[in-house]
Amino acid sequence: MSNDATLVQAHDAHGHHDGHHEHHKQHFITKYIFSQDHKMIGKQYLVTGIIWAIIGALFSVFFRLQLGFPESNFPIMEQFLGEWAKGGKLSPEFYYAMVTMHGTILVFFVLTAGLSGTFSNFLIPLQIGARDMASPFMNMLSYWFFFISSIIMFASLFISTGPAAGGWTTYPPLSALKEASLGSGLGMDLWLISMTLFIVSQVLGGLNYVSTILNMRTNGMKMTRMPLTMWSFFFTAVLGLLSFPVLVSAVVLLLFDRHMGTSFYLSEIFIGGKALSHMGGSPILYQHLFWFLGHPEVYIVMLPGMGMASEILSTHSRKPIFGYTAMIISLIGITALALIVWAHHMFVSGMSPFLGSVFVLLTLLIAIPSAIKVFNWLTTIWRGSIRFTVPMVFAIGFVSIFISGGLTGIWLGNSALDIHLHDTYFVVAHFHLVMGVSAFFGMFAGVYHWFPKMFGRFMNNTLGYIHFFITFIGAYLIFWPMHYAGLAGMPRRYYDYTQWATYAPYQSMNAFISIVVVITFFAQLLFVFNFFVSMFRGRKVTSTNPWGSTTLEWTTPVHPGHGNWEGPIPEVHRWPYDYRDDGNGKDFIPQNIPLRPGEEEH
Amino acid sequence: MSGLILTALVILVFIVIYQIARASEYVNLIRGEEETVSKKTNKALAWVLLIIFFLGMWGIYECHKHLAPLYLPESASEQGLQYESMLMWTIIITGIAFFGTQLFLFWFSFKYQAREGRKPLFYSHNNKLELIWTTIPALTLMVLVAIGLKNWNNMTSKAPEDSLKVQVVGKQFNFIIRYPGKDGVFGKTNFRLINDANNVLGLDWNDPAAKDDIIIENGEIHIINERNVQFVINSRDVLHNLSLPHFRMKMDAVPGITTTLWMTPRISTAKMREITGNPDFVYEIPCSEMCGKGHYSMKGTVIVETKAEFEKWLSEQKAYYSMHHEVAAAPKADAPPAGAAPADSAAVAKDTTTVAVK
Repeated sequence: MSNDATLVQAHDAHGHHDGHHEHHKQHFITKYIFSQDHKMIGKQYLVTGIIWAIIGALFSVFFRLQLGFPESNFPIMEQFLGEWAKGGKLSPEFYYAMVTMHGTILVFFVLTAGLSGTFSNFLIPLQIGARDMASPFMNMLSYWFFFISSIIMFASLFISTGPAAGGWTTYPPLSALKEASLGSGLGMDLWLISMTLFIVSQVLGGLNYVSTILNMRTNGMKMTRMPLTMWSFFFTAVLGLLSFPVLVSAVVLLLFDRHMGTSFYLSEIFIGGKALSHMGGSPILYQHLFWFLGHPEVYIVMLPGMGMASEILSTHSRKPIFGYTAMIISLIGITALALIVWAHHMFVSGMSPFLGSVFVLLTLLIAIPSAIKVFNWLTTIWRGSIRFTVPMVFAIGFVSIFISGGLTGIWLGNSALDIHLHDTYFVVAHFHLVMGVSAFFGMFAGVYHWFPKMFGRFMNNTLGYIHFFITFIGAYLIFWPMHYAGLAGMPRRYYDYTQWATYAPYQSMNAFISIVVVITFFAQLLFVFNFFVSMFRGRKVTSTNPWGSTTLEWTTPVHPGHGNWEGPIPEVHRWPYDYRDDGNGKDFIPQNIPLRPGEEEH
Repeated sequence: MSGLILTALVILVFIVIYQIARASEYVNLIRGEEETVSKKTNKALAWVLLIIFFLGMWGIYECHKHLAPLYLPESASEQGLQYESMLMWTIIITGIAFFGTQLFLFWFSFKYQAREGRKPLFYSHNNKLELIWTTIPALTLMVLVAIGLKNWNNMTSKAPEDSLKVQVVGKQFNFIIRYPGKDGVFGKTNFRLINDANNVLGLDWNDPAAKDDIIIENGEIHIINERNVQFVINSRDVLHNLSLPHFRMKMDAVPGITTTLWMTPRISTAKMREITGNPDFVYEIPCSEMCGKGHYSMKGTVIVETKAEFEKWLSEQKAYYSMHHEVAAAPKADAPPAGAAPADSAAVAKDTTTVAVK
């Protein structure tokens, strides 16, 4: 392969210095900051994602305190939030700002950039057998656009009118008119600019992932020999490329409406004591544009976790993934359907009910590939030999929570049920489980599984198990009760329920949930602590393939340099799930081992 | 300062846990257990997962015991009954899938834990099996789609001709209600004519049909039991949502666009007070579409009464025009007096309290 040759030359050139590529001294800045090494960029995404996750989760702790104990004051909040929480009591404006930022941060900055940014970058070249991405420079740019977008979003937290406060979906007119809410001032402009830069980053990254997977696979790595992680990252990138640009148009039109007096989304509005001049726009147009990205976005968040869970369940059960082809077909099914179900978020938006019924059909269809995946995961561990490593327990947790959150999608996707459940806590419970917690479990599984490859050390297992059990139990304790409140129609995004006779009885439930949130939050800090301390003090990895895995990344040295393999890139001779007797007492056969005489490929 | 101390404390605790955890791992290594997971740990974890499964099932039972009694009383609309029966079917179907798959997940995890001499089965695919579990969910889902679309088409069909028509307009942060008055026709409105002092909906006084329209500013919707009602929904400023949890329905209020929702109430407020045993029961209507800082306090109420009660109530209401044109010396409704309409934000606190007092 052509890129192979050029990089090998580069490798030889380095070889003059000391003969060991990975020991070659790189300047601190080119190695750790403006790095073009996909592994370092992946780690940069991961660390940035972790920082964002702490901020986003901390916000949820704050607003959960308000929800759980609306009558109490928490002076500690004033330490963090200053005048937004005078005397330890959160103001309604900032409550909404934090709800908005929590959503934006976790959906985009953590579960999109932090998840697929990390693992697509880190794993794609390693698992398909390439020295780096198709364009390492574009890859670096992708991270730095993400970084600038992060800085802008972060800055918006500190301005006097506060960050955007119209919900992570930022529906106009609320988000378009500064008279409508404090957060619709400068904070909203920063939100829009930050999102635009974020999308640039996603497109640069996505183009790289797609072109690398299509063009740079090593010899013998047919598409059908790729691990399922690669398939899932591939479709994640495809989805992102097809849908993110639509959000740019939504964002730009919103900026026009805000500042140039256009009326794309605004019509017949009387606010702040005067009638505005806007006529003929439609707020529903924004919702279509937003959800055209917004829905694929939830699969952008989900697919990487699905891929990594497949890989991890198979590796740690010492058994091939069941129904490899079916898994790929269901990924294709999910990807295709993900693009044509967006309006199920809009059943009661005033959209045509007939259009609604089309989207009911399409939406429920997506449950079929999801169900296939679940059954295949179950069959994968059936009659396996399961090692409960930390990544494995997280992968099992992923499947459990994906089932719990996924099934309620069948309720919400059916418009005649959604007409009551829409915008209630039922929705909150559903999407937090299915795309929040389960995506996080996929991500955690991935971090614990590939940490040895990233840093040459293990994360601490005991802490990992503590992290898993608190998070797993915590997630269910937090979100399961919310279904009940949602069934009673309890609206989401409320600052206080005490004056509602129908919902005040749920106060003790809210208090309970808030306490669990605090505990679960500290368990996440324990993970962060484990992550950073293990980078420097974790148990060292002694063999190149500590999990006994078949895929190519474990054929690289413990500390791979830029270029990944010291010698030539290994060739691939078999599919990625050959977990069977290799004839020498091992229970797996790596992809780069040629078929034995007389052996048929899987 | 306290924040700093707390942070330091948390970090300290983490360091202690980490050191203990690290030491125990090295002990295992020294013992010569170089497996990724020691046999003892593996067995323990398999048990813990199984126990968690049973604890989870018990937790579901406990949760249900505590929260199910807080559920809404029976549906107060005919359409809500369709919702309830469909909900039951959905619960049964997804419930079977839920308990089945979770049971298999945790059971397999326990049963197939790594053990001395266990040889995993090399089992890569089975077309027949996969065909079965593609077809069954597909067929089941089609049943749910069929039930769902039947109900959806009923709910969103054209409102019957004889429906009582009520307009509900959302604004930050309350609902304004309008009845068409004696002529049964809503007068024309124009948002440019709105002012908070004497024309909250921007009625066009040049339209004769507007003159007898009745506007209720306290968010109380009166409707007649067992008579179809059609809500004509608008918004004055941002998106709102007319949400009727006791009737199992809701619809967005969108500025510039009229949305509608119709239903057949079946339980009067008085009857519902008997059913719930709560003499203060009212049908509350929350706004369910994020609309700004007062979103959580945007409340209306529905009062379902007999035809006689309704007519008596309606006859006591004055037409909005007459209310504002007897008092005002020089009616200049269509030119909002400068400064007369204070910024909405200033009026917010007042509006919210009125509603709250209600």
